[in-house]
Amino acid sequence: MSTATLEPRVQSPRNYLNADYGWKSWLFTVDHKRIALLYMVSITFFFVIGGFFAFLMRLHLIEPQGALVQPETYNKLFTLHGVIMIFFFLIPSIPAVLGNFLVPLMIGARDLAFPKLNLLSWYIYIVGGLFTLYSAIAGGVDTGWTFYTPYSSTYSNTQVTAVAVGVFITGFSSILTGLNFIVTIHKMRAPGLTWYRLPLFLWSIYATSIIMILGTPVLAITIFLLALEHLFHVGIFSPQLGGDPLLFQHLFWFYSHPAVYIMILPAMGVISEIIACFSRKRIFGYKIVGFSSVAIAVLGFLVWGHHMFVTGQSVYAGLIFSFLSFLVAIPSAIKVFNWTSTLYKGSISYEAPMLYALGFIGLFTMGGLTGMFLASIATDVHLNGTYFVVAHFHYIMVGGAVMGYLGGLHFWWPKISGRKYPNGWAMLSAAIIFIGFNLTFFPQFVLGYLGMPRRYAFYPAEFQVLNVMSSAGASILGVGYLIPLIYFIWSMRYGPIAEANPWGATGLEWHTQSPPPTENFEHIPVVTEEAYAYSAEEEALRV
Amino acid sequence: MSDTQVEHAEQTGLAHQFEDLSQQHDADTFGIWIFLVTEIMFFGGVFAGYAILRWFYFAAFEGGSHLLDIRLGAFNTVVLLGSSLTMALAVRSAQIGSRRAQIIFLTWTLILGGVFLGIKAYEYHQKFVEHIVPSLDWAPEGEVLARLAPGGLNHAQLYFFFYFGMTGLHALHMIIGMGLLFWLLLRARRGDFTPAYFAPVEVVGLYWHFVDIVWIFLFPLLYLIGGRY
Amino acid sequence: MQGIPIRPDQASTIAQSVDHLYFFITAVTLFFSVLIFSIIFYFMIKYRRRSPDERPKAIEGSLPLEILWTAIPTLIVAVMFVWGSTLYFQNSVAPPGAMEIFVTGKQWMWKVEHPEGQREINELHVPLGRPVKLTMISEDVIHDFFIPAFRIKKDVLPGRYNSMWFEPNKLGTYHLFCAQYCGAFHAGMVGSVIVVEPDEYERWLLGGVQGETIEAAGERIFKESGCSTCHLPDGSGPAPSLTGVYGSTVHLTNGQTLTADDAYIRESIVSPAAKIVSGYKPVMPSFQGQLSEEQILDLVAYIRSIGLPQDNAKEKQQEEGKK
Repeated sequence: MSTATLEPRVQSPRNYLNADYGWKSWLFTVDHKRIALLYMVSITFFFVIGGFFAFLMRLHLIEPQGALVQPETYNKLFTLHGVIMIFFFLIPSIPAVLGNFLVPLMIGARDLAFPKLNLLSWYIYIVGGLFTLYSAIAGGVDTGWTFYTPYSSTYSNTQVTAVAVGVFITGFSSILTGLNFIVTIHKMRAPGLTWYRLPLFLWSIYATSIIMILGTPVLAITIFLLALEHLFHVGIFSPQLGGDPLLFQHLFWFYSHPAVYIMILPAMGVISEIIACFSRKRIFGYKIVGFSSVAIAVLGFLVWGHHMFVTGQSVYAGLIFSFLSFLVAIPSAIKVFNWTSTLYKGSISYEAPMLYALGFIGLFTMGGLTGMFLASIATDVHLNGTYFVVAHFHYIMVGGAVMGYLGGLHFWWPKISGRKYPNGWAMLSAAIIFIGFNLTFFPQFVLGYLGMPRRYAFYPAEFQVLNVMSSAGASILGVGYLIPLIYFIWSMRYGPIAEANPWGATGLEWHTQSPPPTENFEHIPVVTEEAYAYSAEEEALRV
Repeated sequence: MSDTQVEHAEQTGLAHQFEDLSQQHDADTFGIWIFLVTEIMFFGGVFAGYAILRWFYFAAFEGGSHLLDIRLGAFNTVVLLGSSLTMALAVRSAQIGSRRAQIIFLTWTLILGGVFLGIKAYEYHQKFVEHIVPSLDWAPEGEVLARLAPGGLNHAQLYFFFYFGMTGLHALHMIIGMGLLFWLLLRARRGDFTPAYFAPVEVVGLYWHFVDIVWIFLFPLLYLIGGRY
Repeated sequence: MQGIPIRPDQASTIAQSVDHLYFFITAVTLFFSVLIFSIIFYFMIKYRRRSPDERPKAIEGSLPLEILWTAIPTLIVAVMFVWGSTLYFQNSVAPPGAMEIFVTGKQWMWKVEHPEGQREINELHVPLGRPVKLTMISEDVIHDFFIPAFRIKKDVLPGRYNSMWFEPNKLGTYHLFCAQYCGAFHAGMVGSVIVVEPDEYERWLLGGVQGETIEAAGERIFKESGCSTCHLPDGSGPAPSLTGVYGSTVHLTNGQTLTADDAYIRESIVSPAAKIVSGYKPVMPSFQGQLSEEQILDLVAYIRSIGLPQDNAKEKQQEEGKK
C-alpha cells in the first residue's frame, strides 16, 4: 500500500458519490449506497455520544466514592450509554451500513427490493434518535437500558416516556431493514447465484434479518405497554396495581436476547469475508458455517430465561434455559474452528482488515467461553448482576461486534469511498484497540467474581485497583477509536485512488468500479462459480 | 435510464430495481407477508400478556367482560368480515381490469370500515359514561361496581387496560388501513391498476385481511369470557 | 494499601463446590483460548504470503473434523450443564429444620427480622454451622440480596416471596450487596453478614431490646387488624378458620385446589378476591397499603404457628430441642 501523497485532482469516473450534488440529493436519495452512508454518519455520531458517556463513567469510577458525578447522574450515564450503544449504534451498525451498501452489490442487483422503504428506515431511525437525545438533554433516564419494572414504570421520575418512544420508533427502522434484506435476498439474486453460492456475509445478514423481524416487534409492544404504564399508572407490570414485574422481564428478554445475535451475526459474516480474502481460500466448511448462522438465529429465541435465573423462576424452567444456552454456543464454536481451519495452507497477508478479523476471533472466543459461566446456573447465581456479566457482554459486543464493524469498514472502504487509507496507521490503531480493550475489560471479570455488583456509582475500596486498571484501558481504547475516524475522513480527500479490486477478492461487489456507479453494474452479472473461488483452477476459468 | 425507458416504466409501474413486473409483484407480495409476520409478533406480545394476567385474575376479567355489549361486538365482527369480502372483491376487480368494480368495492370497504370505527367510538363513549376508563375516568358505581367488585377492582382495571389497549391498537391499524384504502381509491379512479399491475391493491388487501383476523381473535377473547349474564 | 484480591472468601458450605465448577470452566476457557490463539499464531507465520501470485489449493472442508469439533464441545458443555444443574438443584431446596429469617428490602436498605423478634438494618447476624433460610420481599422495586462470600443471591421482588438458604461455615464479616439496580442509591444498599459462634449468636439475640417474637407480633397484628373478628378458630364466622390451614389443601370456588403456603397467605391478605375458598362469599377487604410487608411476614409466621394442636406441640418441642 503506497504512502499517502497529495494526488493531483483526477477527473473521477461517474459514480454514486458524484452522480448528483446538494443536500436534497442526499436526504431524498433512494440509492442504497447513499443511504448506507447516511447511516454511517449517524451511527458514528451516536457512537461518539455513547462512548463519551462511557468515558465519563470510567473516569468517575477511579475513586471508590466516585470521582466525578452524583450517583443519580452516574445512573443516567450508564442508562443512556446502554440505550445509545445498543439501539443506535450496535444494532444498526453492520446491517444498516455495510448491509445496505453491499447486499445489492453482492447479489448482483441494482438496489434493494424496496428503496423508498430503505430511506424511510433511516428517517425512522433519526426520529427515534432525536427522541432519545431529547430524553438525555431534558434530564436523562436512570432506569438502566433494561427498564425493569416497577422501577421504570412507577418509581423513576426521569424521562422514561421520551426514551421509550425513541426506542419504540427506532425498532421499526430495524424491522423494515430486515424485511428489505429478506425479500431482496430471496427475489433479486443475479442469474446463477444460488443460495449455496452466496457469500457467507449474506447468510449472516439473512439470519440477522429473521431475528430482526421476529424479535423487534415484541420489544415494540413491551416498550409500548411500559410507556402506557408509566403515563397512566395502570399496572400490568406493577404488583401494587395487580400486575407482574416478571412479565415485563420475560417480554423484554424475549427480544433482547435475540437482539445480541442481531449484533454479532453480521460481524461473523464480515469475518468470513475477510478471512477468505486474506488467506486466499474458500472458508472451510462453507455450508456448515452458513447453517450455523441460521441455527444461532433459531436457538437464540429459546434462551431468554438465562437472564432471569435468580428471579425465582421455576427450577425446571431454569434447567431448560440453561441447557439451551449451552446449546446455542456450539454453532459459534463451530464457526471459530472453521475460520481457523481456513488459515491452514492458505496464503495469509496482514493488512488492517485481517488484523481486525483475527482480533475478533480471539476476543469473541474469550467472550463466548465466558458465557459458559453464566449458562451454568450454579455459577450464574454468584456472577449475575456483577461486573462479570459486564465484561462478558463487552467482550462480545466490543471485542466482537465493533471489531467486526471496523474490520468491515477497513475491508470495503476502497469500494465505498474509492480511496485507500494509510495501512500503517490502520494496523497501529487495530493493535491499540486490541490492547486497550483487554486492559479495560479483563479486570472486570475478576471484579465480578470478587463480587462487585454492576451499576454501582460507588464501591468498597478493595475494588479500586482493578477499577483503575479498567479505566486506564478505556482511555487507550478511546485513542484507538479516534485514529481511524481521522484517517478515514482524511482519505476521502487525500487518500490514493482505489482500483476496482485492490485486495484481489472474489465477490460481485469487487467486479464493479470503486466507487460503484449509481446503478451498481453496467450489466447484471451472470454467476458461474462458487463463492470464494480463489484457487488457481477457478481463477483460470474466470476469463 | 433513457427517456423511452422512463416512459415505459411510468406506464407500467415498473420500479428501477426490478427486471420485470412479475419479479416486482413477487417481491411486493412476499414483502407484505413478511410485514404481517412482524405484526403477528407485535400483537402476539400483548396477547401473551393478556393471557397470563387473565389466567391469574380470571374472576376480575370475567366481570369486566360482562360489561361489554356482546351485540355490538358481534355486529362489528360481521361488518369487518363483510369488509374483507368487499376488499377481496376489489382485488379481484383489479385482476380482471374492471375499473368500475374496483371503485365500488373499495368504497364499500371504506364504508364498512367506517361503520366499525363508529360503533367502536360509541362503545368507548359508553365506557366513559359508566366511568370504567382506566386511569382517565375510573370510578365505577352502582350496578357496574357490583359486577366488578367481586374480582377485585384493581384487577378489573387491568382488564379494561387490556380492552382499551388491544382494541385501540387494532383501531389504529384500521385507521391506517382506511388511509391506504383511500389512496388506492384515488389511484383506481385514475386507472392506475391493470391486470398486469395491481400489486398495491393486493398488498393493501392482505393488510386489511390481517387486521380483520386480529379482530376475530379479539372479539372472543375480550367479549366472550365465561358464561353470559 | 491492599493488594489485588483474586477470589472472595469461601464462607458457606456451597462456596467451595461453586468455586470448583468455576475453576473447571476457567480451565476450559483458558485451554481453548490458548489453543485457538496458538493455532492462529502458528498458521499466521507458517502460511504467510510469500509471493503475490500464490494461489492455495481449495479445501472444501472435512466432515470428520466437523463432527469431531462439534462432538467435543458438546460433551464439554454437557459436563458443565450437568455439574451446574446438579449443584443448582441441590442448593435450591433448604434442608429441613433451617432457621428462618425474614428480609424486607426497600429503597435503599435491608430490614432483617429474626424469628425471636430481633431486628437489624443492613446487617445479618447468623450462627456458624446452622442452615438459614431467608424469606424475602420488597416494599417497592426489585432488589437482590447478594452475599459474595456465600456464592448466593436471589432477587427480592415486590408482591412475591422469594427464598434462598445457606449454611455459613466460616466465622467473619462479609459483604452484603444489593445486586439488582433499584434507583439512586443502589450502590449504597449494602451491609454486612456477620457469622458468629452459636453461643455468641444466642447472647446477641438476648442482648438486644426485648421484643416480641415474630409469631407473637403476628398474633398481635391479627387481633389489631380485625382478622380475628371473621376468622374465628371454630370456623363459625363469615371466614374460614385459619387453624391448621398452613400447609393444607384448600378448595376454591372455581374448582381449583392449592396448598396453602406463604405466597397464598400473603395473596389472601392483599388480594383476597383473587381466590375465594369454596363455600364462602367474597367479602374480605384488601389490606394492601394498610399493612407493611414486615407486618404481613409477621402474620404469615403467626398463621404458620397455629397449625393443628398436635403439630403445634411438636413444633414447640423442636424449638426447645434446638436451644
